[in-house]
Amino acid sequence: MKEEYKLITIILKSGLITWLLLLAVWSFGAMFYTDDFLPGPFVTLKGMAGLISDGTLEKDIMFSLIRVLKGWILGLLFAVPAGLCVGYFKPAGYVLEPFLNFFRFIPAIGFITLFLLWFGVGESSKVSLIFYAVIFPVMVNTIAGVKSVDYSLIEAAQSMGAGRSKVFFTVIVPSAVPNIFTGVRLGLSGAIICIVAAEMLAASEGIGYLIYTSRLYYRTDWIFTGIFTLGIIGLLADKLLRLLGKRFLYRFGVR
Amino acid sequence: MYLEMKHISKSFGNFKVSDDVSFGIERGKLVALLGPSGSGKTTILRILAGLEHQDEGDIYIGGKLMNGVSVKDRGIGFVFQNYALFPYLTVHDNIAYGMKLRKKSKHEIQSKVSELLELVGLPGLGSRFPAQLSGGQRQRVAFARALATEPQVLLLDEPFAAIDAKVRKELRHWLKDMIEQVGITSVFVTHDQEEAVEVADELIITNEGCVEQVGTPIDIYKNPQTSFVAQFIGESVILDDYAYEKLRGFQRQEGAPSAAIRPEFVKVIAAGQEPEFPSIYMNGVIRHKEFRGRYTELTVQIGDIELKAEQQIDEGNMKKGDAVKVMVSRLFAFDSKQAYNLVNLGLKNENIYYI
Repeated sequence: MKEEYKLITIILKSGLITWLLLLAVWSFGAMFYTDDFLPGPFVTLKGMAGLISDGTLEKDIMFSLIRVLKGWILGLLFAVPAGLCVGYFKPAGYVLEPFLNFFRFIPAIGFITLFLLWFGVGESSKVSLIFYAVIFPVMVNTIAGVKSVDYSLIEAAQSMGAGRSKVFFTVIVPSAVPNIFTGVRLGLSGAIICIVAAEMLAASEGIGYLIYTSRLYYRTDWIFTGIFTLGIIGLLADKLLRLLGKRFLYRFGVR
Repeated sequence: MYLEMKHISKSFGNFKVSDDVSFGIERGKLVALLGPSGSGKTTILRILAGLEHQDEGDIYIGGKLMNGVSVKDRGIGFVFQNYALFPYLTVHDNIAYGMKLRKKSKHEIQSKVSELLELVGLPGLGSRFPAQLSGGQRQRVAFARALATEPQVLLLDEPFAAIDAKVRKELRHWLKDMIEQVGITSVFVTHDQEEAVEVADELIITNEGCVEQVGTPIDIYKNPQTSFVAQFIGESVILDDYAYEKLRGFQRQEGAPSAAIRPEFVKVIAAGQEPEFPSIYMNGVIRHKEFRGRYTELTVQIGDIELKAEQQIDEGNMKKGDAVKVMVSRLFAFDSKQAYNLVNLGLKNENIYYI
């Protein structure tokens, strides 16, 4: 009895029920429509198998992933130090905060055409778009992290002889890690959202491209495949990130 | 004086948090800044540390003027109320922090940290993180960390406030022993009289940004000099409008209409008992009786005056409503500024000091 109860809690907590329910509703709904309009799970799976067997899906995933990673990492390299400086050094804040507060309300998608014009249809326009999408959540969270540092820690460091730069590196940065990490995660999801939009408009490969062009062939199952792939990539990437965070940043308070 | 504050004033906006504060502390002494919340005691400590800056006045430590010296160069150790341990560093690294800044050798740091952990009674816990320690243990680590840089003065802001009552008592004794052992000049802030009296060599009583009185605990307890100290120290009953002259053995102290009477100044005996000095006893009635563990608190009424007295458990068993004889041995009469120590005249004449 107790063992069964345990099993039920495990199943409940795993989220399996949600997925089964979704699958059931989807299958049920698909019975009433043609495969062109709403393909069922089985049809989608078949379409996916087709895409995998001819290597299209793998290629699209790779392209999208590489763009996301490039833009995301470049964004982090810029936004984390910038956020730390804006948060800690007041003059840097005066210069950068107005810029930040203006541009962070303009979604990256709004810049697609402009970036295409400036950087061409190649990789650089997409990477810069992701860079743009990533820097704002990362900077805003990093700044928040700096501003929320327990002031008594700063005073403690000072009382033991730490000057301004020592305080920055030994108190501010480590204390801001949990917030920075939240920014990093948000940045990644922003990057994935953004790349799909960019690939829909101007690309000849990638998941966004797959979703957008499938409509030309009436392959709704491919659209579904693309959508699912996105969800799974996002889920896995975030899971991996959290795992790494917990493993390596636990002492800083990342959970 | 090893440490001196001279005419220190500080305002936050229009609010004067320190008003012409002056005092001196001898080398190696453990001093408590005692006062109610908002009396400015923490500000004084923070000014001393260099975490705040005075608007006026001078600070000397070891004969050197510290006014322009920033906190990092002031040579103080500070123990924060919330410990302020770096949560992302191990106990070892927390203690080593100041020494690393001073570019001490690895070997030197290692041996000093072990020595300090030994001193504070936490050997072997160096690899733990602060979150893995109890409140009392964190306080000890904070103490060790503050000592690691070998400061000239140790400053502690409400060091026991965040610790539960039982451990607090232990920690007080421990701190006193520890500071004696290290021999460092120390100042700690507290609002708890019992704590201050028990731990400190000397008390500095603060109120509304001013220093009211400086002295040993016994001195301050016996001879409060200001009306604030008379009321603040001990658990006194306050009588106004010269009501105290109705008590037998006391005369009006002109200009001092109020009086503070502590329970230990009030002697209560059963109505049938014959006291040594019958002339100064008054007839009273027990209005309340409250058991307090080690003693019983009695509220006795004499005419229209109510006083509180303490009775030891073996001193008979009086009940609420019992008629009793009451004598007040002494009291502190005060005006708005000064306090006067009045001893019962009946006792004074006999040259007997009754407490």
